Amino acid sequence: MKFGVVVFPGSNCDKDMIYVLRNIMEQEVVELWHKDSDLQGVDVVVLPGGFSYGDYLRSGALARFSPIMEKVIEFAHNGGFVFGVCNGFQILCEAGLLPGALLHNNSQKFICKNVHIVPDSKITPLTAYLPREMAFKIPIAHGEGRYYADKDTLAEMRMNGQIMFRYSDEDGNISEQVNPNGAVENIAGISNRGMNVFGMMPHPERAADDELGNTDGRLMFESMLKFICERIKVA
Amino acid sequence: MSSIQVNVETARELGLLPEEFEKIKQILGRVPNYTELSIYSVMWSEHASYKNSISWLKTLPRKGEAILAEAGTENAGLVDVGDGLACAFKIESHNHPCAVEPYQGAATGVGGINRDIFTMGARPVAQLNSLRFGDLKLDRTKWLVKGVVKGIGNYGNAFGIPVLAGEVFFDDSYNTNPLVNAMSVGLVEKGNVISAISKGKGNPVYIVGSSTGKDGIHGATFASANITEDSADDIPSIQVGDPFMEKLLLEATQELIPTGAVVGMQDMGAAGIICSTSEMSEKGAHGMRVDLDKVPLRQKNMEPFEILLSESQERMLVVVHKGRERDVEAIFEKWDINYAIIGEVTEGDNLEFFYHGELVALVPASTLVLGGGAPVYQREYREPAYYQEYKKFDMNSIAEPQDLREVAVHLIKHPNIASKRWVYEQYDTMVGTANMGTNFPSDAGIINLKGTDRALAVSVDCNPRYVKADPEVGTMIAVAEASRNIVCSGGKPLAITNCLNFGNPYNPEVYWQFVGAIKGMGRACEKFGTPVTGGNVSFYNQSTIGGKDEAVFPTPTIGMLGIVDNKNHQTTLAFKDKGHMIFLIGKTYNDIASSEYLYSYHKVKASPAPFFDLEEEYRMQQALATLIQLNLVQSAHDVSDGGLFITLLESAMPRNLGFDITTDAEIRSDAFLFGESQGRVVVTVSPSRETQFIDFMVENEIPFTTLGHVTKSEVRVDDVSFGFISDLKKVYDNALEELITGSNMCK
Repeated sequence: MKFGVVVFPGSNCDKDMIYVLRNIMEQEVVELWHKDSDLQGVDVVVLPGGFSYGDYLRSGALARFSPIMEKVIEFAHNGGFVFGVCNGFQILCEAGLLPGALLHNNSQKFICKNVHIVPDSKITPLTAYLPREMAFKIPIAHGEGRYYADKDTLAEMRMNGQIMFRYSDEDGNISEQVNPNGAVENIAGISNRGMNVFGMMPHPERAADDELGNTDGRLMFESMLKFICERIKVA
Repeated sequence: MSSIQVNVETARELGLLPEEFEKIKQILGRVPNYTELSIYSVMWSEHASYKNSISWLKTLPRKGEAILAEAGTENAGLVDVGDGLACAFKIESHNHPCAVEPYQGAATGVGGINRDIFTMGARPVAQLNSLRFGDLKLDRTKWLVKGVVKGIGNYGNAFGIPVLAGEVFFDDSYNTNPLVNAMSVGLVEKGNVISAISKGKGNPVYIVGSSTGKDGIHGATFASANITEDSADDIPSIQVGDPFMEKLLLEATQELIPTGAVVGMQDMGAAGIICSTSEMSEKGAHGMRVDLDKVPLRQKNMEPFEILLSESQERMLVVVHKGRERDVEAIFEKWDINYAIIGEVTEGDNLEFFYHGELVALVPASTLVLGGGAPVYQREYREPAYYQEYKKFDMNSIAEPQDLREVAVHLIKHPNIASKRWVYEQYDTMVGTANMGTNFPSDAGIINLKGTDRALAVSVDCNPRYVKADPEVGTMIAVAEASRNIVCSGGKPLAITNCLNFGNPYNPEVYWQFVGAIKGMGRACEKFGTPVTGGNVSFYNQSTIGGKDEAVFPTPTIGMLGIVDNKNHQTTLAFKDKGHMIFLIGKTYNDIASSEYLYSYHKVKASPAPFFDLEEEYRMQQALATLIQLNLVQSAHDVSDGGLFITLLESAMPRNLGFDITTDAEIRSDAFLFGESQGRVVVTVSPSRETQFIDFMVENEIPFTTLGHVTKSEVRVDDVSFGFISDLKKVYDNALEELITGSNMCK
């Protein structure tokens, strides 16, 4: 499978994502420069974490207007797979490819630590093939990660199985105490209705390398690969 | 500007001594004009010239097998770490800006130290910081802590380099004057290092990055009335950081290296354009002609001296091989970075600065820089009376508390001991996916060198209370502790960088502290085989206490670099399993001197440095390194601030385990649990390795004590319960946040 990792000038998790996809998941990966407008025939576009254009206005607010994003939006509308992590998730929401928005953490502070998340749906790319009945330890690192969507949107997402992950404790219990940023309903990641565009605040690429002592994130990449392979086969 | 009359008074206002003014006249063979005088005033300032410290700094050991760039020769130290890689690392202070504007002061400190690293061609891979604040009960301290932490976080997080380790320490001596020391560590392929050099007649000189404004020109030195008739009140003394621009400069720099088009490059930090042009020119034994009107400005009406001295952030000076201009410009354009050719390299030694076609300053580069014409002073020093007073401390004057559990809780809650979680969770500690400490916490920060068997180990250390009590011993301890942290993590110490924070060097008693610190550092660095690769001196750190001006605790922060040759030997501080045996390596003394326990529980401030023996320490560390190589220990954690009890607690908490230990009948229980005598490490050993471990210790004649064993969750000392680990952990985790925010956010 061919992945394209978009590189904005302020991306800083792009190399981490490329390392995991190329060296650990053993996939073909190309970099997609923000000024280019050619997706180079990739199967999946990944928007990595970072501070795309400095993000002094609002995280991801400017990135959506870049030349490459015009193509990514078109690609997504045609059913192409697009995965956003952290700043990438923020950009997908800003671009209207995913519902809702990401607000400042309720602590008003940047926060970086290991948290636990549990899948809420069994039909999204990242969760379809995850082991059942367990919470996954994945790091977060963001200042604007408080997911928000209105009631109707939330109800619709719930009905369609679009809520990928919620913040939980290590046993998978969901409560306000373990909500690191004040996200509505502890939501950590969501998918669109077509299950081809999906994003999350936690960083699975930071939990994929044996040498760092946590590979829970690798399971999500494995699920994604399998899910997309199946889809491509069917198509 | 040149119309301003220059005399010895003008020189004095710019901070130059009368004899320095004379020296400038001699060098130039004439009276300098105002712009030239300004140039000398900043280049001969303490900050740029090290005039009051260099003669002592030169006594430090600076050579070693792995040293690729000796101290003072490049922007940062450079050490061979194997596999064709070199590591550039350096620590620097940003104390004074942080005292005025903590957020920007700390942010620009992070920016500056990282530019030192990446202008050498290295990609930063880790940051560390060492922070000292005053009494946390003061609102001002809380404001400083919040501002500094947010500044470091917001800059570093956006720039995208993880914070791997650090220190936060509180003491009244820092009430007015906090210390903010930032360290950066970068990696570069050995052949790709870029030097801070300018040479080759006719080569173009570029200024790259942000445009130049009036920020950072020392308001105090340039008292407005004497400078311009119209107001100079628009001169801010604080710089503003832009981490996004810094990120662009980093990526562009990385792309410049393989072009081979760059002759040399230097960051513009303190003293801006004048500093980088003079240092690079002096190094390459060439001159430079610069047209100041070609420098992109962000403000109108800037005088030549302001353009020369501006400390606007995120700028670099790049000298390029003539004919290769388009190659480098294409890279700057790709990254949307502003650039301008502002001059060219000339023959000779002179720096010529033109403004609107007029020569506004002509100064020989070599006369400006350290090792060239900059003055060097021997300062007077004198042993202060307190030194002998402190030594008179007698432990018997302190009654042993009835309830040691109460002491334990006091220490667990103390901001110098409690978890620094509130601080470090605001830093991105994991970007770069190389931090091996996130899930395996070690005494040192560990950076994975992907694709190799190795990892880097880094640590910053200094207990300034020990240094105050005895500068020489205290600084030896700082080096020893940094080394101990690296050895405990499975690494081998390689080299150090230092950040020397002291009071006013013209005060002989302060200078005595400085001299003692240098002597101690030199001795310890010789012993541990860790040459000094450079660093930074920050004098004039004073606080007003009770209406009296007092120096901060002398704080020679040591930043140490080490290497873990085999990642499988990375050793964590965490207890692994109940039933594992707990041993203390190294000898415990009946000593509570300078401990947090004595200082904050008994409120006794006058005591000598804790027990320390350089030879014993070294032998202990060598033995521990071998134990780790032989896979005989499950965990290793050194005894430092708070003493043995705190060490045990810190090892127990990561996996929510407890411990059951007995104290030593020959040593007072408070000294045993909370004393800070040096040269000790707590290790755990699995039952299957116990015999081998003991045989090794006996054979090698290393003192050790059997403390007890790891339990499921209860903490017991001499059969008395100190509570359950989960309860103690809650107190430890939340104490600092409660002190800073006055509330407990974590319910």
